[in-house]
Amino acid sequence: MSTIKPAPPAALPLRFATPIGGVAGTSFKPEHRPAILEAKPRRGFFEVHAENYMGAGGPPHRALEAIRRDHPLSLHGVCMSIGGPRPLDKAHLARFRGLVARYQPALVSEHLAWSTHETSFFNDLLPLPYTEATLACVCDHIDQVQEAIRRPLLLENPSTYLAFRESSMRETEFIRAVAERTGCGLLLDVNNVFVSATNHGYSALDYLADFPLSRVAEIHLAGHAEQADDEGDLLLIDSHDGPVADAVWKLYEIVIRRRGPVPTLIEWDSKIPDWPVLQAEAAAAQAILDRHPSAMPAGDRHAA
Amino acid sequence: MPPEAGSCFAASFAPALLDPSRRTPDVVTGPNGKAAGRRYDVYRNNVTVSLIDAIAAIYPAVQRITGTDFFRAMARLHVRSKPPTSPLLFEYGRDFPDFIAAYEHAQDLPWLVDVARLERAWLDAYHAADAAPLSPTRLVAVTPDRLADLVFIPHPAAHCLRSHYAAVTIFAANRDDAPVMRIDASAPEDALITRGELDVTVRRLPPGGAVFAHHLMSGRPLGEAAAAALEAASEFDLAANIAGLIEAGAFTSLCCGDPS
Repeated sequence: MSTIKPAPPAALPLRFATPIGGVAGTSFKPEHRPAILEAKPRRGFFEVHAENYMGAGGPPHRALEAIRRDHPLSLHGVCMSIGGPRPLDKAHLARFRGLVARYQPALVSEHLAWSTHETSFFNDLLPLPYTEATLACVCDHIDQVQEAIRRPLLLENPSTYLAFRESSMRETEFIRAVAERTGCGLLLDVNNVFVSATNHGYSALDYLADFPLSRVAEIHLAGHAEQADDEGDLLLIDSHDGPVADAVWKLYEIVIRRRGPVPTLIEWDSKIPDWPVLQAEAAAAQAILDRHPSAMPAGDRHAA
Repeated sequence: MPPEAGSCFAASFAPALLDPSRRTPDVVTGPNGKAAGRRYDVYRNNVTVSLIDAIAAIYPAVQRITGTDFFRAMARLHVRSKPPTSPLLFEYGRDFPDFIAAYEHAQDLPWLVDVARLERAWLDAYHAADAAPLSPTRLVAVTPDRLADLVFIPHPAAHCLRSHYAAVTIFAANRDDAPVMRIDASAPEDALITRGELDVTVRRLPPGGAVFAHHLMSGRPLGEAAAAALEAASEFDLAANIAGLIEAGAFTSLCCGDPS
């Protein structure tokens, strides 16, 4: 940190109404910046990983300011370690709060996962057991985050490759309890549902039927990769390195038909394609959103 | 904070992530009692590969010089012994240059360490706080009798590095994919790293320039900095050096230090 401390930049004024409604967005990748700025502002939004913009200044903030000028922004935290047993990193929470205040994002989300233990940061979304003890801890962490950012956080369901023997709740049961206790919203990652369902041998449709859809305020779609487990059975990896799979598109349409349109993000974080390819994925999501302008009358069968 | 909120699960799960000699933690399982070995290995792989990728993103010139296989083997050892302590990956890898200096297989490339230090300084400059650079007109307004006492405030992104090798030339030649011409690695070079309006710039400093810049950036007055630079290099050109530092954006302001 420098000894010269410039005044904190004023929050940028919003140029669009919130909530942003049923629009499809993409991850913002700096390599796409020229193509995005060259085109006229279009319907949609951009999502960034909060940690990439936690430096004091420089080109990352220039880029985010430029994108943010004409598009709604979604701030997606990756490293808060909400699902970990350790107290939240106060400095990290303060940086997160600072970004929310500065960029006034339309959406703010984090993961049901952990990434830090003792002094080590593992840079991955690690799984947690679903028990009364971890539930209390996650709720406490979310309370702290929501208090800091002064708005509801959207919590994302994880993709997982294994389970903890001590787990005593289903993931949907756990997530529903977190949302009810903390008042947080949910980010439903449909690809994560498909990946986890395959990896754990349950039905993705059953999972979605049990998921509190009425609390979902954002959806993620992404590509996955295929591997094999110890028994040679299919193990799906949440790789974010390709197009959304057909099965995930089908699940997505089922969700939108039931829930009604929600902001939907195409995540593509490695082997990043040219901007038109990413845009085409977003257009495919937008077409589904536009086909279902309102939720099915039955709505969320578990809605309170 | 609820007491003992499952604190054992992370303590059981974490240690084997970066230690391939440890067994799969017995707290985890596949569905219906299936084995969890390859499933746990997905996390091991995610952690290790993503951290190696993070090091590669910070040190692209080092990777180009050593080749990808050499680099990733070296980085793998480093991430296993020194995982990040901050969730901000652009802060990671500060001790990687020292690791390279001690790495047995990198001893044939003695200049590699300084190239790595330059890359680390480049990233620090990239993320440093924003500040308007000093306008050259400010210096013109200073009366000659006050010049020797002038003290300069360094820009948050400004940094000076010295090398016994041609670190700046090697760095510049390997930060992109353009073909590399033959470089005499043994010619010592000093670097000034700054961030102007748009992006980070790495310049070679002229003789005496590093001593001069280092003094000024540590808050020493202009007269003292010039004397030290002249002692280090008799051909030191004060006017060219001060103009060069200001033009590069090394400072944000100046003040007339009170000699008393």
